[in-house]
Amino acid sequence: MSTPSSQLALNPGVLKRNPTSELTRERTRSAWIFLAPTLIVLLLVAGWPLGRTIFFSFTDASLETIGEQTYKMVGLQNYFGDYGVFNFAAADGFWSTDWGMAIQNTFKFAIVSVVLETILGVVFALVLNADFKGRSFVRAAVLVPWAIPTIVSAKMWAWIMHDQFGVMNALLRSAGIIDHNIAWTADPAYALWSVVLVDVWKTTPFMALLTLAALQMLPKDCYEAAHVDGIHPVRVFFKVTLPLIWPALMVAVIFRLLDALRVFDIIYVMTSNSISTISMSGFVRREIVDNNYVGFGSAASTVLFLIIGACTLAYLKASRVDLGGKK
Amino acid sequence: MDLTTQRALYKTGLYILVALISLFCLFPFYFAIVTSLKSGTELFSTKLWPEAPSLRNYISLFTIAEQPFGRHIFNSLGVSAMVVVASLFLGVTAAYALGRITFKGKGLLLLTVLAVSMFPQVAVLSGMFELMQAIGFYNHWWGLTLPYMIFTLPFTVWVLTTFVRDLPKELEEAAIMDGCTPWGIITKVFLPVMWPALVTTGLLAFIAAWNEFMFALTFVLDNNQRTVPVSISLISGADKYEIPWGKIMAASVLVTLPLIILVLAFQRKIVGGLTSGAVKG
Repeated sequence: MSTPSSQLALNPGVLKRNPTSELTRERTRSAWIFLAPTLIVLLLVAGWPLGRTIFFSFTDASLETIGEQTYKMVGLQNYFGDYGVFNFAAADGFWSTDWGMAIQNTFKFAIVSVVLETILGVVFALVLNADFKGRSFVRAAVLVPWAIPTIVSAKMWAWIMHDQFGVMNALLRSAGIIDHNIAWTADPAYALWSVVLVDVWKTTPFMALLTLAALQMLPKDCYEAAHVDGIHPVRVFFKVTLPLIWPALMVAVIFRLLDALRVFDIIYVMTSNSISTISMSGFVRREIVDNNYVGFGSAASTVLFLIIGACTLAYLKASRVDLGGKK
Repeated sequence: MDLTTQRALYKTGLYILVALISLFCLFPFYFAIVTSLKSGTELFSTKLWPEAPSLRNYISLFTIAEQPFGRHIFNSLGVSAMVVVASLFLGVTAAYALGRITFKGKGLLLLTVLAVSMFPQVAVLSGMFELMQAIGFYNHWWGLTLPYMIFTLPFTVWVLTTFVRDLPKELEEAAIMDGCTPWGIITKVFLPVMWPALVTTGLLAFIAAWNEFMFALTFVLDNNQRTVPVSISLISGADKYEIPWGKIMAASVLVTLPLIILVLAFQRKIVGGLTSGAVKG
């Protein structure tokens, strides 16, 4: 058998074409050695705690009994029945239980904010793609909301929306749109939509930048053709631009949707654990940490995990992720 | 309508939109800065500029012993730096294996990495709580490095793998012929050309760790060990009913300004990193 280097000299494609060669085997071995630390860390921070959380969902564990290992198995009690997350026998029906509310809040929040930020994001991207003075300044300005930590944006907006001293009430009142101060984050009628507004403000830049990237890859010639033919720009947008950027846009939408379904920080900081806005993540954390029902909270988190898992599969299918390394 | 009026109308419309977008993006932060410079009763006027700007709120952040904000900044810087170093080291080695070597099970591995990046943080909350307590990481700022890997590592591996995969094959083949070990290939051949990707992913990992809230809120209870986002969420006044908005805004401005400067300085790289992380897949 020839040495690896002479083989390589004879045939530069040897790395792929000869799967049993010494070199290939050695490279496979080193691949696993290089992957090992990452895999161990991923197993430690994701696999193991996830498995334990699912396990706790079948126990009556509390934060104290976790350390002492004195919890006991309770079967499916945390999932079904009077004390389960799926309490279909609840007095006012499942959807009025806290978990039912959390599911509704989360989906309302996710869908409305993703739809709004997609539309706004496309508008922003179209404007940023146009030619005007000070374009680089505006491009930088658009990045500012994205760069601000979520907690800070939540606090900033909580102050802007303050019921007594907030600038939002003051502006709307002086414009004659409202005639009394509104408690934007405390009133159940407005609280969820206030949180949506903040999320839209914070994540529209992300959508705008992704859309802009797609816009800049479009071929110029079909626009010139449309221009010469005198087709109205709005028509050009719906007939040419939108279909072309649609795939990229959809991937971004699903990516954001998955993110929005996990929401916690914005809602927690702006409205605390208020039941009219609590998200699924907020509910899980409240049960585990604040109420010390680790078993029950873990059951809810397992359900959340399954919901997001299903959405992730949809995402992988939709984006047809390239796993083989081929372009 | 003739062409010149049409063009004028278009231009006006465009500039109005541009103005609206800039206002929408910048006003909240501008107002935070204004609020942070107000003090006393001026805080409760909704004026859009400070009449008598003062740095009192900023000074009080560092002089009140019960809320050691300086200490919290140090903790946040520390944990973010550790997260960046650990993710980049693991990310580079994994990216070499995943991007340059063909072996069985690679597709499944990449899929796993991607799946972890979609993990809801609360899905590991109780298991991570137990783990942190068992290994003595609980209630220490540096202990947060471990749970933070759950969101920085998959992203880092993914972006770096894409980058390494697109490097020319000749780079590596020449090194193999010279008898270079795989470790030598990584450090001598790939690292020198990878720095743009390293800057981007490192910066994004830093921002993610700097901003993280839920784990920091749950796994650290000691007031001296807190990180900045939790610190801001817990700033309180002399009594329960008086929320010191000026101080909260001062803290917000302080932790945000460095980020904004970083993001603006590395604008192009960040946009490129986000796009490859989210869309290129």
